[in-house]
Amino acid sequence: MSNLKNAFSQGKAFIPFITCGDPDLATTAQVVTAAAANGADIIELGIPFSDPTAEGPVIQAANIRALKGGVTTDKIFAMVQELRRNIKIPLVFMTYANVVYSYGAERFLEQCAAVKMDGLILPDLPYEEKEEFAPLCRTHGLDLVSLVAPTSEKRIAMIAREAEGFLYIVSSLGVTGVRAEIKTDLAAIMAAVRENTNLPAAIGFGISTPEQAKKMSMLADGVIVGSAIIKILAKYGQDAPPYVGQYVREMKNAIIS
Amino acid sequence: MENSPKSRGRFGIHGGQYIPETLMNAVIELEDAYEHYKQEPAFCEELTALLNEYAGRPSRLYYAAKMTHDLGGAKIYLKREDLNHTGSHKINNVLGQALLAKKMGKTRLIAETGAGQHGVATATAAALMDMECVVFMGAEDTRRQALNVYRMRLLGAKVIPVETGTATLKDAVSEAMREWTSRIADTHYCLGSVMGPHPFPTIVRDFQGVISKEIKEEILQREGCLPTAVIACVGGGSNAMGSFHNFIEDQEVRLIGCEAAGRGIDTADTAATIHTGRLGIFHGMKSYFCQDEYGQIAPVYSISAGLDYPGIGPEHAYLHDIKRAEYVAITDEEAVTAFEYLSRTEGIIPAIESAHAVSYAMKLAPKLAADKIIVVTLSGRGDKDCAAIARYRGEDINE
Repeated sequence: MSNLKNAFSQGKAFIPFITCGDPDLATTAQVVTAAAANGADIIELGIPFSDPTAEGPVIQAANIRALKGGVTTDKIFAMVQELRRNIKIPLVFMTYANVVYSYGAERFLEQCAAVKMDGLILPDLPYEEKEEFAPLCRTHGLDLVSLVAPTSEKRIAMIAREAEGFLYIVSSLGVTGVRAEIKTDLAAIMAAVRENTNLPAAIGFGISTPEQAKKMSMLADGVIVGSAIIKILAKYGQDAPPYVGQYVREMKNAIIS
Repeated sequence: MENSPKSRGRFGIHGGQYIPETLMNAVIELEDAYEHYKQEPAFCEELTALLNEYAGRPSRLYYAAKMTHDLGGAKIYLKREDLNHTGSHKINNVLGQALLAKKMGKTRLIAETGAGQHGVATATAAALMDMECVVFMGAEDTRRQALNVYRMRLLGAKVIPVETGTATLKDAVSEAMREWTSRIADTHYCLGSVMGPHPFPTIVRDFQGVISKEIKEEILQREGCLPTAVIACVGGGSNAMGSFHNFIEDQEVRLIGCEAAGRGIDTADTAATIHTGRLGIFHGMKSYFCQDEYGQIAPVYSISAGLDYPGIGPEHAYLHDIKRAEYVAITDEEAVTAFEYLSRTEGIIPAIESAHAVSYAMKLAPKLAADKIIVVTLSGRGDKDCAAIARYRGEDINE
């Protein structure tokens, strides 16, 4: 059984996103450890990309900080290998198609398997293009996570039917980033998802407060939070790990209570 | 690598639709609308009327007698896209897309721009068709092309300087794509080049195809034969694709795209994608991109804001792969020399982008016999570049 799917079996899942190398990889490793210790069920590790077209200003800035700090895909693999001694929860990479393609998809996925990554999320790889990487992901035992957007409508059925691991439900139009209010009819989207798959679904984009997380967790099986965590990193830098840990705890408590 | 049968809009291995799920229905809706309207006579008539009456088509195919004589080789014809309304070839595509967007019920156009030519063309079409217009332009480019920023504002468009990344064309494209994901229902992304996700490379090529259609008809009429070579500058590659399109089937016609080498293809300060890039996936398409070993997109450089892009349209990448088109690299210095040469020789000030094509014509013409014909597409006029070229030559003038 997929480790990712399994991560939802103990109740609602909390999935934090962290940009690797922001501000440096040592801090990333500590943040991952703190998040795992405080209730994260899956962790999304962002491999920075120079031109992240699906990201809002907060995560764009994190990508720039990380790249300026000299992080590379190889250094991230090395960090994950080290982390895997202690971190047992599922880990997925979130990056852009070119990072995988340019590294050599086969080589990239071999490395992913070697460091025991569980999945891959590529926001610029829609259903029509997923065969570019899906067969290699399968060969190497990673789930290629599919996204459903507020505009997906009739596409939900085909996306859900071929989904792996879990479904990433994009809460709102636009790019990643904290939002005061989420207006999409997520109940209708979730109903369409449920009709077509038994896989768990997690909602992301725009969620930052425990109240929002609780509300979203009532609709779906999990909650993904990125920008709010990156803001903590931007504020505290190398001192961020305990603050991220505390935040993850609050969010996790909000969705299971 | 084989392409998945699900993938649409491929040119060999290039192209595709590598975009967020949020945009997928928008590009599918656009493709459906385009397939419908392109064969609807009323739409075609309306577009032709706009191109002729408003943009001033057909553009002149001017025999550059002095340049031909001076270079002492092939006959040189200049396809005068610089004489179009708004001063460049960009209007051809924009009128087509704006009309299409209008038919689709869209009320708002967004666009990216490098040199400002596409932004000005989009702002113009928006004014004409009563549409709202927002143009994203790299902050660095707003400084290099301040006059065009003013023109866009004068036409009623909102210009948003993009500060992210290298603050140039690629960042403007990224920001326009981000904007489109946040507002789709009433907004059409009027992409300015033969790039991005399908169907844009095809739509833009088709709307720009009027350039080669006119060249072919007129040269056959005047010379009774096809040209030996068609030369155009290439950034994303829209004027080149438009100049090549109707000649692709004519194997005897050499198709030559001129990339911006910047300070040289052996330096980091270049935008010559075919020469220095490698296969990648970016801005919705698979093609060649300037990038580092980890796939991080390289900060590219050219004196020309319009060619300052780290990628190339997927059909160009394909024409390169199958060796149907040749791509050559022209440095800043060579382009500036050609800019000055054409100004003095023919009394035509070309856009610095187009000067890259002129430069290669200056190299090629003397090597060809006098009965051969070269057509150079002058994609735009150079008024916008005068201040920058003056600065390049060490003269500080106020615009």
